Amino acid sequence: MGVENREPRVLLDPTSERRPTRRERQPRLASLDGVTIGLLDISKPRGDVFLDRLEARLHEQGAETLRFRKPTFTKPAPTDLRQQIATSCGAVIEALTD
Amino acid sequence: MAQRSVAPTLPTGLVAFVKRDCPTCVLVAPVLEQLAKAGSLTVYTQDDVEFPAGLVPVDDTELAVSWHHEIEAVPTLLRVEGGQERERVLGWHRDEWEALCGVPGLGPGLPDWRPGCGSLSVDPDRAPALRARFSGGRLAARRLELSESEDPYEALDARGWTDGLPVVPPTEERVLAMLDGTSRAPDEVVATVPPDLVPCTVEKVAINAVMAGCKPEYLPVVLAALEAACSDAFNAHGLLATTMPAGPVVIVNGPIRRRIGMNSGGNVFGQGNRANSTIGRALQLVIRNVGGGRPGEVDRAAHGNPGKVGFCFPEDEEGSPFEPLSVSLGMAAGVDTVTLFPGEGPRCIVDQLSRDPESLARSFAVNLRTLHHPKLILAFDCVLAVGPEHARVFREAGWSREKLAERLHALLQIPGDELVRGAGGIAEGAPETARGATLPKFRPDGILIVHCGGGAGLFSAMIGGWAGGAIGSQPVIQEIAPWA
Repeated sequence: MGVENREPRVLLDPTSERRPTRRERQPRLASLDGVTIGLLDISKPRGDVFLDRLEARLHEQGAETLRFRKPTFTKPAPTDLRQQIATSCGAVIEALTD
Repeated sequence: MAQRSVAPTLPTGLVAFVKRDCPTCVLVAPVLEQLAKAGSLTVYTQDDVEFPAGLVPVDDTELAVSWHHEIEAVPTLLRVEGGQERERVLGWHRDEWEALCGVPGLGPGLPDWRPGCGSLSVDPDRAPALRARFSGGRLAARRLELSESEDPYEALDARGWTDGLPVVPPTEERVLAMLDGTSRAPDEVVATVPPDLVPCTVEKVAINAVMAGCKPEYLPVVLAALEAACSDAFNAHGLLATTMPAGPVVIVNGPIRRRIGMNSGGNVFGQGNRANSTIGRALQLVIRNVGGGRPGEVDRAAHGNPGKVGFCFPEDEEGSPFEPLSVSLGMAAGVDTVTLFPGEGPRCIVDQLSRDPESLARSFAVNLRTLHHPKLILAFDCVLAVGPEHARVFREAGWSREKLAERLHALLQIPGDELVRGAGGIAEGAPETARGATLPKFRPDGILIVHCGGGAGLFSAMIGGWAGGAIGSQPVIQEIAPWA
């Protein structure tokens, strides 16, 4: 049997065989008036400095704000926290880096 | 899910399996003729439909009947009733053949006994393909059929399924052989793999282990490493997503190190040993292919390190003055384990002059202080890999692992004045509150000591960690499940 005949032709898929669901983005907010903006601190150093500044600016433009904090930046946000943000805010801003 | 294709039913009466290539089969051809005249006999021929001449054998050159009925040698003579095998004789034994058939005086001119030959269905060159053909149905993964013009290595790379190095094409034959390395069922879920949080089966691990170049006997180590990596405490998600260079480091303890031929000696972190090189790679391929963790996507490493292709090594327990790492982490001696550590690449500690343990411990401490930054503390764990020539110093002085760790922690109490931001003319450092205090470089369990490396060279090595502790990742030890 020649080597060329031994080349594999049928392989097994090493992946999860899943495709992520594509979701439409929420429409961009037309105005900040009366909208509650979530401000998510992921527990990285100086994230609070950035969010404090943003919060002040948002208040100037008439937005309400709610502050949230992930327990640690190294893990995805807990489901409860994501749920809480989704149900109480019109948009969320996350302070990602230090 | 079909576990294997259905076995062809055998006809009632006497059934023989033969091949022309077997001298014993040629020898017993007249006996088969004798039996055919005396009653019901069906002969399956494996290599020549004209053999035995004078009979009308059934063509089993595809070996489907032989494989399904687990024919190991030819000639094999069976007595079958209602599709069920009642008796089996391998090779030529006049007495046994006569007893099985109930016919006296078989093969009068023949010797009493001749061993048979191997059945073609168990020929090492053919058996893997036969198994894939007849029991491939137990594998659930999607099949990818390549065209004649596609090079499998290029096809795998083009689909984004490699780490940049060629992978072994995961054929049904190879994956079935890989699964022989574990008693766990292919559809058993091993772990939920980040970042996509996908339940990963033993089969998917086996496919990626084939691609990494593992042998079947490495599979239990890969399975244990994946379980440990995907634990909440180890936090493979964060380790993948970090901008720091760390990746999963797999440290193996227990007798399995020797059984699968791992290298804990010279060039322990380097190339050249298949088990060392492929086990960590298999883990990383699972995270990439099953979990969806790819560089530039969820993997945000600024630099990474070459060990992220795969970093696995065993401890040299036999030559160590210390108890094994696994024992220090609470496992019983002699239990096979993996310890997962979130580590960067190893760095050499040179000390060719210290001959007493205190001096050597001080050398270790000043080097360990520099991990990631001499002014950063309590953020990172470390692995200290003590080389044999350094270990000798501790052995001769009677220092245990515990004593060395204790001394290192004591030597790594650092004045806060040296650590605060701005100290030494360096902006990086601890907050001003550290001034006047004394602070430890590592958290209490933050130094993992292992013994490994070559017998010549007054060197040790250190592997820096990533966000240590509950905030990020904790070293996780996991038993390698014994065959159940």
